[in-house]
Amino acid sequence: MAYALQQLVNGITLGMIYGLIAVGYTMVYGIIGMINFAHGDVFMVGAFVGIIVLTALTGVTSVPMGILAALLLSAGVCALYGFSIERVAYRPLRGSFRLAPLISAIGMSILLENYVQTSQGALERAIPVTVPGGIQLMNENGFVVQLSWMQIAIVVVTLVTLAIFTYIVTKTPLGRSMRAVEQDAKMAALLGIDTNRTISYTFIIGSALAAVAGVMFLLYYGVIDFYIGFNAGIKAFTAAVLGGIGSLPGAVLGGLLIGLIEAFWSGYATVAYKDVAVYSILAIVLMFMPTGLLGRNDVEKV
Amino acid sequence: MKHLVANIKDSLIVGGVAFLLFGPFLGLKLNDGVKGDLTLATRPVLLAIAVGLTIVARFLLLLWQDHRATRLPAAKLATSVAKSGKYIAPVLLVFAIGLPLVPGIDNSYIDLGVLVMTYVMLGWGLNIVVGLAGLLDLGYVAFYAVGAYSFALLSHYYNLTFWECLPLCGILAACWGIFLGFPVLRLRGDYLAIVTLAFGEIIRLVITNWVSLTGGPNGIYDIPHPTLFGLTFNMAGGPGTVSDFFHIDPDPSQRTTYLYYIILALALLTNWVTLRLRRQPLGRAWEALREDEIACRSLGINLRNTKLTAFAIGAMFGGFAGCFFATRQAFISPDSFTFIESATVLAIVVLGGAGSQLGVALAAMVMIGVPALLQDLQIYRMLIFGIALVTIMVVRPRGFISTRKPSVSLGKVKIITSDMISEGHG
Repeated sequence: MAYALQQLVNGITLGMIYGLIAVGYTMVYGIIGMINFAHGDVFMVGAFVGIIVLTALTGVTSVPMGILAALLLSAGVCALYGFSIERVAYRPLRGSFRLAPLISAIGMSILLENYVQTSQGALERAIPVTVPGGIQLMNENGFVVQLSWMQIAIVVVTLVTLAIFTYIVTKTPLGRSMRAVEQDAKMAALLGIDTNRTISYTFIIGSALAAVAGVMFLLYYGVIDFYIGFNAGIKAFTAAVLGGIGSLPGAVLGGLLIGLIEAFWSGYATVAYKDVAVYSILAIVLMFMPTGLLGRNDVEKV
Repeated sequence: MKHLVANIKDSLIVGGVAFLLFGPFLGLKLNDGVKGDLTLATRPVLLAIAVGLTIVARFLLLLWQDHRATRLPAAKLATSVAKSGKYIAPVLLVFAIGLPLVPGIDNSYIDLGVLVMTYVMLGWGLNIVVGLAGLLDLGYVAFYAVGAYSFALLSHYYNLTFWECLPLCGILAACWGIFLGFPVLRLRGDYLAIVTLAFGEIIRLVITNWVSLTGGPNGIYDIPHPTLFGLTFNMAGGPGTVSDFFHIDPDPSQRTTYLYYIILALALLTNWVTLRLRRQPLGRAWEALREDEIACRSLGINLRNTKLTAFAIGAMFGGFAGCFFATRQAFISPDSFTFIESATVLAIVVLGGAGSQLGVALAAMVMIGVPALLQDLQIYRMLIFGIALVTIMVVRPRGFISTRKPSVSLGKVKIITSDMISEGHG
């Protein structure tokens, strides 16, 4: 029981991080219908900006201020990355045939990985534990269920970020135009919505969310390298597809599910095959629900 | 003049963005400190150079865009490429056959030829799935891995030779193609892409973790090289070797040349089968499937069989290539079968202009041959690869050869240019 509770805590924390990345994937997919393969690498860039800011501020400010600065700066830099990536690699290909932006995105992903590798080195970078301690939830025959402050912070930051994001999408004019462009880009343009600008904002917001996830990942694990973006990106995309691509609550739900599957599989079966478990469940879910859990079942008209 | 001022202003803004983008990565450097902590160093010169280059590049790009008065329309260019394609293909074939026979050619160039030819073959194999049937497969490397590991394991445990294993590898890979194809029959577009990607990763992870069978991350050593009618290639000479039989001095280039002709033959086989199948009902069903799945179903084409044959035949050629890869390297490990391989092969297919055999061959030469020649820039190789992918896609979204002739037509053959292809299912 205690063991299961611990895995639940770990799974939810991990799932929150995946969910944040997945939202970025699903937003971009919803609005321009392409897999943004470079999104996972924007997450990695976010983690690196985070570690650089934290290193620069060590001893200068208090720890919470340092983390806040890392989150904000990282979100800012990644937003700019997202904007530039869209301008350079995707916008010229809009309206082109479907595989072109996909290949361009894969190229962007390779580019970002190697850019960080050559500029910052291929070594793993570690930071000391920034927020030690936590609360004991349960003590069963000496097995202590630990809920660390870091985990609480991750869940709180994720929920706050998602709340801000939901507010933007549902209540602001920008969110309205984003939803309009998602439904019908041409019609939205005819009604006076600047689609290019809206798409740029989508990339900016999605990348900022990925940056927050990146800093959370850094604080949670303490170790990052230039390659983390690939795995996290694939998992997050899997989460987005599992939840039903294009659906925002689906992305968070999918993220949580992937996090839980991973935690419980590692806890009860083998750690080595945890990714196999995630991918197999994805394949099985899609076999029976080809549009994911919360995806719209759109009928193609001829 | 006003225009020039606007251009300069634009370039400076781009420079500002570049400063913010490059600042944390080129301007600062994380180093390991004395006590195991991290320290930061600054690199102002590098940052200044990068930002300066970006400003200049942006300014030149704007100038070029302004002065580009008469641009060769894409369609016209494509048609001219397609016309000259009639001559390019035979020239390339002669070049490919004659490459190892050039007197005094260095062994490393033949080896590079083997590498490029492997990717040409993989590209042609994947072209069946992506280019002809229009099924987006991001996990093609799975079949490459199946082929390579089938041969490695069969030779390791049962002492089978390359020529005995080659057909088996193809059959096994085709079986895997059908096996993995079944669950994804109902999926389309990006759902299909992610599931195939997942399959590719599953196979790699299983190979990595099944240590007792595959040796895990350490891989398999001492995979036998192919023999020529039972004759081996051995540097020491001796009875039963090629050099002994033909009374020539043993030379490493003999084996490389032999490998080169094997992969050339396998690649040409792939090409020949593809070209033949395209004319048959099966190939026509594939191309119809690519254009419109619903119309296909309405016309009574069996979607299941059509999709599964595409997966199976594509996978079979991937398996052949994998088998060849294993015998060439004599050592394989899961590191050779990562997603980046699938992405590279897919990039070759798309850059070549999905569906065009010649385009795929050209793209493989550019994407594999050019980076391999840049040996001195080893650490920047993948960086350049990434930049090249983005640049080529932005400049030529439809690939090198974006026109195609219909496989079958009534009356006059009409060349289809990229503007005429408006299909959304790629």
